[in-house]
Amino acid sequence: MLEIQNLHVKFHTRSREAVAGVSLSIRDGEILGLVGESGSGKSVTAMSVAGLLPRRQCDYSGQILLDGMELLHADRTVLRKIQGRDIGVVFQEPMSAMDPLMRIGNQVEETLRIHTKLSREERRQRTLEALEAVELPDPVTIYEKYPHELSGGMLQRAMIAAAIISRPKLLLLDEPTTALDVTIQAQILELLKRLNGEFGISMLFISHNLNVVRKLCARVAVMQRGLLVEEGATEDVFHTPQQDYTKRLIAAIPTRQRKEAP
Amino acid sequence: MEELVLSVQHVTSGYYSGGFLRRGTYQEVLHDVTFEVRHGEILGLVGESGTGKSTLAKTILGMVKPDKGQVIHYTKRPQMVFQDPYSSLNPAYTVGWILEEPLRIFGKYSAPERKRRVREMLDRVELPEECLSARPEELSGGQRQRVSIATALIQRPRFLIADEPVSALDVTIQAQILKLLKTLRNELDLSYLFISHDLNVVYQLCDRVLVMKSGRIVEQGPVEQIFDHPQAEYTRHLLAAAE
Amino acid sequence: MKQNNYLRTGLFLTGVLAVLICLGFFWTPYSPTAMNGSEKFLGPSLRHLMGTDNFGRDIFSRVLKGAGTTAGIAFCTVAIGAVCGTAVGALTGYFGGIVDEALMRFNDVMTAFPSILLALVFISVLGPGSKYNVILALGVVFIPSFARVTRTAFASLRDVNYVKSVRLMGAGKARILLVHMLPNTAQILLPAITIGFNNAVLAEASMSYLGIGVTPPDASLGYMLSEAQGMFSAAPWYALGTGFTIVLLVFSVGLIGEGLQRRGKEVA
Repeated sequence: MLEIQNLHVKFHTRSREAVAGVSLSIRDGEILGLVGESGSGKSVTAMSVAGLLPRRQCDYSGQILLDGMELLHADRTVLRKIQGRDIGVVFQEPMSAMDPLMRIGNQVEETLRIHTKLSREERRQRTLEALEAVELPDPVTIYEKYPHELSGGMLQRAMIAAAIISRPKLLLLDEPTTALDVTIQAQILELLKRLNGEFGISMLFISHNLNVVRKLCARVAVMQRGLLVEEGATEDVFHTPQQDYTKRLIAAIPTRQRKEAP
Repeated sequence: MEELVLSVQHVTSGYYSGGFLRRGTYQEVLHDVTFEVRHGEILGLVGESGTGKSTLAKTILGMVKPDKGQVIHYTKRPQMVFQDPYSSLNPAYTVGWILEEPLRIFGKYSAPERKRRVREMLDRVELPEECLSARPEELSGGQRQRVSIATALIQRPRFLIADEPVSALDVTIQAQILKLLKTLRNELDLSYLFISHDLNVVYQLCDRVLVMKSGRIVEQGPVEQIFDHPQAEYTRHLLAAAE
Repeated sequence: MKQNNYLRTGLFLTGVLAVLICLGFFWTPYSPTAMNGSEKFLGPSLRHLMGTDNFGRDIFSRVLKGAGTTAGIAFCTVAIGAVCGTAVGALTGYFGGIVDEALMRFNDVMTAFPSILLALVFISVLGPGSKYNVILALGVVFIPSFARVTRTAFASLRDVNYVKSVRLMGAGKARILLVHMLPNTAQILLPAITIGFNNAVLAEASMSYLGIGVTPPDASLGYMLSEAQGMFSAAPWYALGTGFTIVLLVFSVGLIGEGLQRRGKEVA
């Protein structure tokens, strides 16, 4: 469904390529985990897919195909149509991703306003449905609230509602649970799993937290310094990592398995 | 009885919401918090955001006055390492200057003596000497956290509060810093209060744990006991979520 | 990093002006007060770059001297405003509390009046006509704006981790404020100083233009502008030369301010 072919991205201000030849694909209805540490190029890869690369400040080459449509070199007007409609994006910080002066409902239905000709009432109906789909209690009240009146977990649900409202083919999740508490994190992961099962939305889940990826994704790709170092079924990668870097990464995960002798 | 480094007794703390002229309602942040830190131990403090972990740290260090109860320090000059390594170091100065500053403030060291101590501390936190002339912005997150630890330890405190010191770092760097903290504890005879939201990190590092919820300590005890036989409902809930 | 052309051009132009002004203190092509009855109302030429006035005085020489006076007054004004304002801002921003609230409300009241109006009030109290009174009046008027800007910076730095940790180390208040916080306000303070300098140039010019600023034998650009007004039809080059110099001065210092702000954004 999504195909990234030999993607290269190099920012003018850096000497090293941020992404140095990455090829990846996501099948229909699949959740692919993309893990790596800061500076590994995972976020830049995601930005390229979402069409958020600052094109004037970098050189890029390769291909990104969404259902056969080229995204990397597509021009702005084409991209704008795809953004929000076919690809939904959820960022790490729900607080900063929202407009503090706009009601939740209006922010969630923003993509409908841009991409559809639905009437105000229809939009509101769709928004309430989306808020319900992300398991927010009492959508009618939430619709009228402002971001500061919601907790971080609720805001992230609202963000997800905004991302899925136009029934996108692909959901890009950039560290969506990193800023949240563990119990909330677990709930959001459950929600994502459910949305994936119910609506069949494919997801690209970016995280530095391997434990989280392990819970959610069937397949995982590991990036380091702009390169894809390993890719495969999540359990295989975790149990029998092939690359040194993956091994080190997995060994560094804090676990409850054993404790070093003091 | 074991030697104590810190005793927190029935600390209750809060603030009044509201503005300049109008006193608002009282918001309790900490409720009757009592615990001790024993000599040489690493005491973990876990809890979700907004439970008052940071307020507790501030209260212990005297930045916030408790409304009730008291904090007794048995050591001098307790120090703190903060979560965000990007705002912990003054961007206007070089690492060498920053490391020397605590000694300058303390005031009884000659310039060569200060330099010698800085070098020694740099060695302890495993940073190369080139770092001395670097500005904080030129260092990586892990390196900065090492510098923060060095600045905190250079006055030779016996007790250190570490407030989420690794949560802003990548996992591999995280592991290195945790290892460093452990080594330093043994070498320099330190005790820590280690604040974290990551239960697995706490499990790896700490000897005892406090579990906090909404300003109260719901459970405390040795790590194995808390993780293997949690008593409080909330602890079980937390453990299940972090599984 | 991107080249900061604002900063470079600004520094270059200001540098050239500064050299000319310094030169003007020691040497001018003609004496700025020497009259010459045979050379009245001459247009600009190689002999008189900006022409002459009704007394046959060389306008370029007068502008050089006048720019020196204006820049000097602006510099001293900003120095008073910046030093006192930063002191007030640092103390209120760092300590907060009731003094902070009271001072800031007072500040609000001060800034509610146009600064030039306040300066007029001060100068009428102090007595017009002396450049020292102009400096004092304008300097006092400039304190609130600097206090406001630096207060915000100091208040936000107060809770930054590195400040907290030096407090834990037992550093004194003065050391925290001067050594640990002040250098980090430079990004806000320096642009504010350049803007303040420009405001001071304009304020001095307007006051002297209104006749309550600098008076003869001192000549500032503002005073000369008011002189030039009377002979605008006979010697338009007088007003143009003087006005152009004011604009150039404000423009080049303004470029520095813009450049500094942009650099601040790049760093952040």
